[in-house]
Amino acid sequence: MPPQIVVENLVKSYRIAERAPGIWGSVRGLVHRRYRELRALDGVSFSIDAGELVGYIGPNGAGKSTTVKTLSGILVPDSGRCEVRGRVPWRQRVEHVAEIGVVFGQRTQLWWDLPVVESFELLRDIYRVPQARYRTAIDELIALLALEPLLDVPVRQLSLGQRMRCDLAAALLHQPPVLFLDEPTIGLDAVSKLAVRDFVRQLSRSHGVTVILTTHDMDDIEALCDRVIVIASGKVLCDGSLAELRSRVSRERWLTVDLTNDEEVTDPQATVVRREGKRLCLGFDPQLVSPAELIARITSRHAVRDLFVENPPIETIVARLYEATEAAKSHAEETEPVCAE
Amino acid sequence: MRRMKPYLAIFNARFRMMLQYRAAAIAGLWTQIFFGLVMIMVYEAFYRSTDKPQPMSFPQVVSYVWLGQALLALLPWNADSEVKSMVRSGAVAYELCRPIDLYNLWFVRAMAWRTAPTILRALPMTILAMFVLPLIGLGEWRLHPPTLTGGIAFACAMICALLLSCALSTLMNISLMWTVSADGIIVMLTALVTLLSGMIIPLALFPDWAQPVLRALPFAGLVDLPYRVYLGNIAPSGLPAVMLRQLLWTAVLVLLGRWLLARGMKRIVVQGG
Repeated sequence: MPPQIVVENLVKSYRIAERAPGIWGSVRGLVHRRYRELRALDGVSFSIDAGELVGYIGPNGAGKSTTVKTLSGILVPDSGRCEVRGRVPWRQRVEHVAEIGVVFGQRTQLWWDLPVVESFELLRDIYRVPQARYRTAIDELIALLALEPLLDVPVRQLSLGQRMRCDLAAALLHQPPVLFLDEPTIGLDAVSKLAVRDFVRQLSRSHGVTVILTTHDMDDIEALCDRVIVIASGKVLCDGSLAELRSRVSRERWLTVDLTNDEEVTDPQATVVRREGKRLCLGFDPQLVSPAELIARITSRHAVRDLFVENPPIETIVARLYEATEAAKSHAEETEPVCAE
Repeated sequence: MRRMKPYLAIFNARFRMMLQYRAAAIAGLWTQIFFGLVMIMVYEAFYRSTDKPQPMSFPQVVSYVWLGQALLALLPWNADSEVKSMVRSGAVAYELCRPIDLYNLWFVRAMAWRTAPTILRALPMTILAMFVLPLIGLGEWRLHPPTLTGGIAFACAMICALLLSCALSTLMNISLMWTVSADGIIVMLTALVTLLSGMIIPLALFPDWAQPVLRALPFAGLVDLPYRVYLGNIAPSGLPAVMLRQLLWTAVLVLLGRWLLARGMKRIVVQGG
């Protein structure tokens, strides 16, 4: 079976008008405009098979949303190839979008003043979904996302978590085989996040929907994705499993300790990442020292109120990955990605 | 029918949403009655102070003014604030994800947006100007009912005027894709449309040298031509020529809009995130 999504050497730049600050700058901007070119995508390539659930991560401004918008047929790239299910998104836009579902976490596709169910019915008509198929789809979505009590509520009265559940349903009424989720958990509370994750997992497992998920939340990735693509400054830095990504960049894990007393903590096998009053964050390599051993040693020497172990946040991993790439580049002018599949 | 379904659904939803703005319609109604009366008083003073024969009689001008006030909301004088906020917030991205032609989508949206407030206002305004004014002793200032043929011809011309208005509205909405605040262009267009359509002064009362220009522009088809059909100033036999003019301009503006939209899509930058 050929891959569902093929992206090859995709390039997209934005022209940004630069304006000097202040009134004089604004006036000068009327006569003479200077533009700065921003490369949002700088030769991005990947290919995704049917049924894969891929996490697409990177810092703000890395090009995640630009990629998703290009795949959705909204943006036209400057150069490169891009095909979703054998179609070029922006050339065959209407046929293409009928087969994809999109959720932009920061905006809603529901009609603000209408009850949720009316938005759904409007989308049913826009996507020309036959009533029988709509019924099956909506019944399943209502059950999976617990939408029953929300159906008659106007969208503007929904909480963010409720709205996101409805938005997910809205994107899937026409049962698309491909789904793009752009930061679907942004701003959600823990319970809502779990609900969204459970739903996406189920969708991928039982319906074989191909999903691309962009996020800043490492837990989303850990809970859902078999494969991660890391992008920064418009370039793919890493494409592989999560374990691979972590092991290539850093095995480090963090132990956060709340001390009873304000005292110094030193350990030969851990380094202090940061300190905020009585809260201390220690970095350690789990292959050199097991978390249990380290915890035992620290609790025996210090009075500890609370502690927990966590992975460094995605920003840290990506930042390190990025630093490593930059360093490697300046060393040997190496253009190969840091890690390949 | 299946082809039309999405558009009908969108029209329906938008139309119902627009009908919620009843308070705005009532407030607007009072302003418009006031303006209508002021304009009529000005015309009365003007007609009393001249002996020269005018291209329109005073009762005709009075009816023209009231028609203008009743159908004011149909004039394409502004851009859709919903489209504006979509472009501003980036929610326009979802519009581009719909499996339907974007121009048609926006055209239908404009149609619902223009007709709903017009219907809310036109009916009470007509009742007031046609029946209430004579009852309170202002019979000279009333809106005169049309002849039967005149009325039917007027309805046909107004349907074409609606299409023309929607084509212009859609064009304005498309212009929002270029600058986030296309306010400057819109303000200019507002002035042009209200003046050149005949909404402020019937086009027949413009100086002779302006007549060829006014006749060449599309705006007369919005207000002046259909209203003159109502008044009998243009005979029902002249209707085909009026409609042809309106529809030709509509076709030109639709093509222009489609071309601009296609260009806009290529250079679109979706704001934020």
